[in-house]
Amino acid sequence: MNRIDMVDRASLRDDIPTFGPGDTVDVYVRVVEGTRERVQKFTGIVIRRQGGGIQETFTVRKVTQGVGVERTFPIHSPIVSKIERITLGDVRRAKLYYLRDRVGRAARVKEKRV
Amino acid sequence: MASKGILGRKLGMTQVWDSENRVVPVTVIQAGPCRVVQLKTPERDGYSAVQIAFGDAKPRRLSKPELGHLKAANAEATNHLAEMRVDDLSAYAVGQVITAELFEAGELIDVTGISKGKGFAGVMKRHNFKGQGASHGNHKAHRAPGSIGACATPSRVFKGMKMAGQMGHSKTTTLNLMVVEGDAERGIILVRGAVPGPKGGLVFLRNAVKAGAR
Repeated sequence: MNRIDMVDRASLRDDIPTFGPGDTVDVYVRVVEGTRERVQKFTGIVIRRQGGGIQETFTVRKVTQGVGVERTFPIHSPIVSKIERITLGDVRRAKLYYLRDRVGRAARVKEKRV
Repeated sequence: MASKGILGRKLGMTQVWDSENRVVPVTVIQAGPCRVVQLKTPERDGYSAVQIAFGDAKPRRLSKPELGHLKAANAEATNHLAEMRVDDLSAYAVGQVITAELFEAGELIDVTGISKGKGFAGVMKRHNFKGQGASHGNHKAHRAPGSIGACATPSRVFKGMKMAGQMGHSKTTTLNLMVVEGDAERGIILVRGAVPGPKGGLVFLRNAVKAGAR
């Protein structure tokens, strides 16, 4: 086995659910306030997954009070305590940057019925 | 002056998380085991230093004097030797083995390697010159350095003038890198940041010599 993979293996997580662009997810983020730690929920649409291995990141977009908010998380980061997929999205591309130019109903992603 | 050092091989870069869950870029170095091959003493050699050997090579690739030199320290045949000046030789003995345990997490070290070769490079790449205009009548001088000096006085080009030439593939030392983790079991040291040289390149690690100045 590659020596660097051995180093990475210690930081890789195995509790990541399958999810992809277009899916709506709840990301439970650990927030440290002084000495106290609590968990904050960030809900939105996954607009990209990028990179591979320990370096992989994903970006979640949501619109709050008319302002678009995007957060990018390293997928294996310890600050992500949990990821939950709420709905499966029906999309045709890997990077959903077109959602940034859309507002209201047009910015929705169709749900995939399985 | 350094007091301890080890030879190793750069394996490549990756990232780890620190205690505050931030990303730390690290270089993975396969360090040691190295064997102390020779002690240089002021009486015999005029200065004090430790010579260490790392890795292995086919014995037929070495000359008999080289093999004999290594055999005297009970070391394997290798062509990777390095010398380190030290003040105090009492901590070393010929035949002693140095492993990755040498450095602990949080320690500052200097890493020396042969930087990646870039070949014969022009001044824009080699010395970050600005180059010249793309238009305004410029003719075949877009990446040229421009003037390299005055005319009749001094009627020569000063030494050390920055010009085109070989870039990279030179011995380079990066100072004050922090050891993030030392894994003695696997003989691996993780160093914060980048170190000179390609993957698989030979690197020399020593404790930081200028850390006190900061």
